Amino acid sequence: MSIWEYANPVKFMRLSGAILPFAVAGAVICMVGGLIWGFLTPEDYKQGSTVKIVFLHVPAAMMAINIWVMMLVASLIWLIRRHHVSALAAKAAAPIGAVMTLIALATGAIWGQPMWGSWWEWDPRLTSFLILFLFYIGYIALWSAIEDPDSAADLTGWLCLVGSVFALLSRYAVLFWNQGLHQGASLSVAPGERMSAVYRYPLYLTMLGFFLLFVALLLIRTRTEIRRRRLAALQAREARA
Amino acid sequence: MIALLLRDLTLATRAGGGFGLGLAFFLILCTLVPFGVGPQGATLALIAPGILWVGALLACLLSLDRIFALDFEDGSLDLLATAPIPLEGVVATKALAHWITTGLPLVVAAPMFGLLLQLPSGAVPWLMVSMLIGTPALSMLGAFGAALTVGLRRGGLLMSLLVLPLYIPTLIFGAEVIRRGTEGGSLATPLAFLAGITAATLALIPFAAAAALRVNLR
Amino acid sequence: MSLLGVHDLAVARGGMRAVEGVSFTLDAGQALILRGPNGVGKTTLLRTVAGLQPPVAGRIEMADDSVAYAAHADGLKGALTVAENLRFWARVFGGQVGAAVQAMNLGGLADRPAASLSAGQKRRLGLARLMVTGRPIWVLDEPTVSLDADSVALFAAAIRAHLAGGGAALMATHIDLALDEAGALDLSAYRARPGKVDRPAGFNEAFA
Repeated sequence: MSIWEYANPVKFMRLSGAILPFAVAGAVICMVGGLIWGFLTPEDYKQGSTVKIVFLHVPAAMMAINIWVMMLVASLIWLIRRHHVSALAAKAAAPIGAVMTLIALATGAIWGQPMWGSWWEWDPRLTSFLILFLFYIGYIALWSAIEDPDSAADLTGWLCLVGSVFALLSRYAVLFWNQGLHQGASLSVAPGERMSAVYRYPLYLTMLGFFLLFVALLLIRTRTEIRRRRLAALQAREARA
Repeated sequence: MIALLLRDLTLATRAGGGFGLGLAFFLILCTLVPFGVGPQGATLALIAPGILWVGALLACLLSLDRIFALDFEDGSLDLLATAPIPLEGVVATKALAHWITTGLPLVVAAPMFGLLLQLPSGAVPWLMVSMLIGTPALSMLGAFGAALTVGLRRGGLLMSLLVLPLYIPTLIFGAEVIRRGTEGGSLATPLAFLAGITAATLALIPFAAAAALRVNLR
Repeated sequence: MSLLGVHDLAVARGGMRAVEGVSFTLDAGQALILRGPNGVGKTTLLRTVAGLQPPVAGRIEMADDSVAYAAHADGLKGALTVAENLRFWARVFGGQVGAAVQAMNLGGLADRPAASLSAGQKRRLGLARLMVTGRPIWVLDEPTVSLDADSVALFAAAIRAHLAGGGAALMATHIDLALDEAGALDLSAYRARPGKVDRPAGFNEAFA
């Protein structure tokens, strides 16, 4: 029994159907619980109540990057092992990742306005996320532009591969170009930079919530893609017969 | 491959080949910018490195769809794919031809455009150096974008959406070389990165672009 | 020793097997004409033999670099002269220009831009382009589309000369070329049957 068995559409549908309710329930519980807990945390001595947007901002930003990495892995699996479900999962993940990036950018702007006095700064982190958003848009646009799903899966796979290298390169180029205003990593392991436990634990909970939300959305979207492909396949077979 | 290079260069210079259009576009851009930001020399000198690099990006982008689209339509690409030359070599050769017809003229003419934008004369050598090192990467990445979209009827806009984000690192380091060259800062890092990106692009992108072409040919 | 051996070949179009179980061999001096209704997979089979797409199943046996492929788009540039076009493809494929120019009677047109040729002259140039590849197996996809009777005769003569010189030809055409020596293969007998497959050819098979 190998893990690749689940690349079979039928097995994937059965397994994902079983997981889906738990993912949805877990996402709702963690998100609601984490956000209420986060809302009840005391105000920060420097940032006041604005600090609470961290419970949306940080998980969204984390997922924005992780989803791209997941797409890269799925694309590699498709290009190397030719598992069709993998290509569809990459396709299904892209819009979720784009929205996560947008949430990170929007909450960042709302947070940045009272803190830095400006909605937008060409800070390395903000700029990197904007660039990541551009890569997501390009990937989604290429998928939707090509009609033949086999070509589309291959071409977007290559784009994801090359895009990942250049997204990473852009990240370092941007750091070189402008040192920024943004605070250090929120969950840095270095002592002193770490945020206090009062904020940290609800943040962990919302991060888990965002992750489960992604899993749930990804499963729903991949299942939809599989059904759509099955419909197209049946129509193609009928047209030929 | 030399035959292919010579043919592409000949085609570019014949009627309808579009040779020099990139230069003309660059000239128009450098004329329009002062209208937009005002004629003050100090302002222009400040933004000149960025404008020149962004202009090079756009001028390069304009002619990208010619790299493969024409050969795709008239069947030449089918024949090249069955020729003894590896498809990776075809991609690299066509990207080189694109660079010679668009990138190289920009490098040579850049000092003149620098004059228009009041670029300090001390920056002109750095402008040429950074463009000479950076523009080959633009042609090669463009060939990858062109290979991805060659099967699409209206791939031009989509291609710019795919290619321009890939140009960001080259743009950043390219403009930084000019800026630091003018102000006398340390040049080693941006130059090394610019050259590194170009070298890695030239070495690896032909494989990705050839893979994309094969997908579009089947 | 056959030039081309195709064994149990299956090819896919639009993510589905079009034909499967196709086997044939071509010896030097032989020609084979693929027949079948539109959409049965003639073009796909020809492109697969030419190496432009991978086969889904089966084997294609031939020496490396022995196929010259031609469809109705013939890879000629209007802005280049006849001689330049031929010289380019000759250099790419490592063939000779002289014999092709003579055989196709293009000597007087050598310096004319290809764009200024008449349709018949263009077809002759296209045939010359095939000859300069110097490759033994010609794979031709609807080569006679939009040709008048004279051009078809010229075309048949060119193929006959190629076969006589030890070459082979595999083609798909609806027109009777009066090539009596050519065999015919009706692809509709090899239509792929839908059903369970081990290695799906594309999305349409993986999810059917």
